[in-house]
Amino acid sequence: MASFAETGPGSPVVESIRVDQVTPRAKTGLWARLIGAVVIAAIMLIPVAWMTMTAIKSRPDAVASPPKVFFVPSLDGFIGLFADRSQLGPAELAEYQQRTDLSLWEEQALVRGMKILGPSQFVGRLRNSLIISSASTVLAVTMGLLAAYAFSRYEIPGKGDLLFFILSTRMLPAVVVTIPIFLMYRAVGLYDTHIGMILLYTAFNLSFSVWLLKGFIDEIPKEYEEAALVDGYSRLQAFRKIVLPQAVTGIAATAVFCLIFAWNEYAFALMLTGDKARTAPPSIPSMLGVGGIEWGSIAAGSLLFLIPVVIVTFALRRYLLRGVTFGAIRQ
Amino acid sequence: MAEIELRQVEKKFGDLHAVKPMDLTINHGEFVVLLGPSGCGKTTTLRMISGLETVTGGTIWLNGRNVTWRHPSERDIAFVFQFYALYPHLTVRQNIAFPLESQGESRETIEQRVKEVVDLLRIGHLLNLRPGSLSGGDQQRVALARALVRRPEAFLMDEPLGSLDAEFRETMRAEIKRLHIEQHATTVYVTHDQIEALAMGDRIVVMSDAVVQQIGTPAEVYHKPANLFVARFIGSPGMNLVTVQYVDGVVSMPGTNKLAVPPDWRGALDEALVGGSGEVIVGFRPEAALASEHGTLVGQVYASDMHGAYTMLHVNLNEYDIVHVRSDRLVSFPIGTPVHFDINPDMVRFFDLKTEMAITRRSASD
Repeated sequence: MASFAETGPGSPVVESIRVDQVTPRAKTGLWARLIGAVVIAAIMLIPVAWMTMTAIKSRPDAVASPPKVFFVPSLDGFIGLFADRSQLGPAELAEYQQRTDLSLWEEQALVRGMKILGPSQFVGRLRNSLIISSASTVLAVTMGLLAAYAFSRYEIPGKGDLLFFILSTRMLPAVVVTIPIFLMYRAVGLYDTHIGMILLYTAFNLSFSVWLLKGFIDEIPKEYEEAALVDGYSRLQAFRKIVLPQAVTGIAATAVFCLIFAWNEYAFALMLTGDKARTAPPSIPSMLGVGGIEWGSIAAGSLLFLIPVVIVTFALRRYLLRGVTFGAIRQ
Repeated sequence: MAEIELRQVEKKFGDLHAVKPMDLTINHGEFVVLLGPSGCGKTTTLRMISGLETVTGGTIWLNGRNVTWRHPSERDIAFVFQFYALYPHLTVRQNIAFPLESQGESRETIEQRVKEVVDLLRIGHLLNLRPGSLSGGDQQRVALARALVRRPEAFLMDEPLGSLDAEFRETMRAEIKRLHIEQHATTVYVTHDQIEALAMGDRIVVMSDAVVQQIGTPAEVYHKPANLFVARFIGSPGMNLVTVQYVDGVVSMPGTNKLAVPPDWRGALDEALVGGSGEVIVGFRPEAALASEHGTLVGQVYASDMHGAYTMLHVNLNEYDIVHVRSDRLVSFPIGTPVHFDINPDMVRFFDLKTEMAITRRSASD
């Protein structure tokens, strides 16, 4: 049989590609990598798929052994997550079964002989998570942007040291600083407050946002601002009209990373919040204890918790890709 | 239109001079070219005029107003950047309108002025595109439009044609020159390309090593270079420069060649050289040296370049001195054969060996 070197690929090559990339070996390698990627992706996705399934299983299905792959979807998990329920006595049960004014939720609860008392704490905690993570993200990105611009464009005495100092705040593991921060927060009255958590996450994200945004701003040639200056604009106007629109990519990427951190953060939230400002992450495992393990509710909570990050990440995926490879590509 | 005056303007980075104190007056409507190799300080000078760079000494005057410490936006000067610096997130129309918006012009005025300048540069069909999708030449036109639309006091251009390919560069060179003639706006133009400088400038400021070497019209810097640097830098190839012995009205060139010094130069050389004789550098442009059968000077053909209209011979006078000599395109000179040539006495220059400065005649008529 003639070798590839003599016959060529056999079919016309329509894309611009190096010769070594169309040899039979390269093609086999491509398939192998593709299959490898699919397998790895599948392994990574199994827990998520499992969680999603558990979230919509009824309570008996959720704990069935062997696990059921095919089942009738149920809202049990979500009801358990969002509502406080109590077991009905025989008399009440009979009365409830007669009633016709029950909502969909109450009907579902009734199947398991329970009535709904009211919304659970989880709703409030999800709200806390939203408030704290979005506020701290906005703050960290805004402040980071201003600092990054200054670091990128101005001669600042001790610039390198300052940047290193900012970075060094990320070098301590969270666990190490939780206790001192807990003591300080209690002393100044920031324990279990939204403000306290927002400040903390902002401080934590700031180093990251300064460094990431500086990279993006460094990539914007300063000629654009100079052009705006001679065109009759002040430094601040030039920043707003010229730099900002061009830094959108970087700002979006930074915002997603900050949001994900603040949204997912567990250790500080567990230590520094009690009831008022508690966020979702530490409250999901706390459901473990209430009358047996409510796997359905835990899965439903985790799923709900996942969704906002997935949406934001998906919406900004174009920028994220630029974000993780920034510096590697010149425009 | 404006008069720009630099008085002892200087720029130091630490101990290093980027521009040594320089004086320069640019008249109303003049097209002045700052010319020099990269790193000579020409761009720094331009940026100091624009206010994008602070001076470390001296003052800058615009129409008799001291603007040395004025914000760039207060100088009413337009700047065209080498890489155009068109705002990538704005359309061509928005780019051109951008300077007008800072002045708070009404929408009608802006529209009107944009239309005028767009017609002038014939880029009306590009208005709704973004700069990224334009060719280099069109980007350059948009950058010029953005500068023109404001009707500024003066234009500063930093190698605006540097990143265009050769063919386009010629077209744009002509366009900028036409614009200058039509608008008659004071322009300071930075380039490292001496052909561009000769073609465009009313006056040329030749700079090297942070120092102004010569200020003069294109003809002056070409024919009467003030020193060896200018002689070498201007022209392609530059002036032939040969170290010779001067005695009694005759210079002995390397090899056996002797050249009679034109009478009007003798006095100057006698004066310039101690004892009326000694080493001096003679300079002549390649086009001043013509190969001919009966030429009085002789050398060996080292190489021969076909230039289309003529042939440029590299002629070896001895082992070290090679001069460029023109010859007719129809006569061929095989490498290594002897060649005779003459030097036009009207186009000869002399330079001091030590100071590297041109020796001048008292009755300098040319």
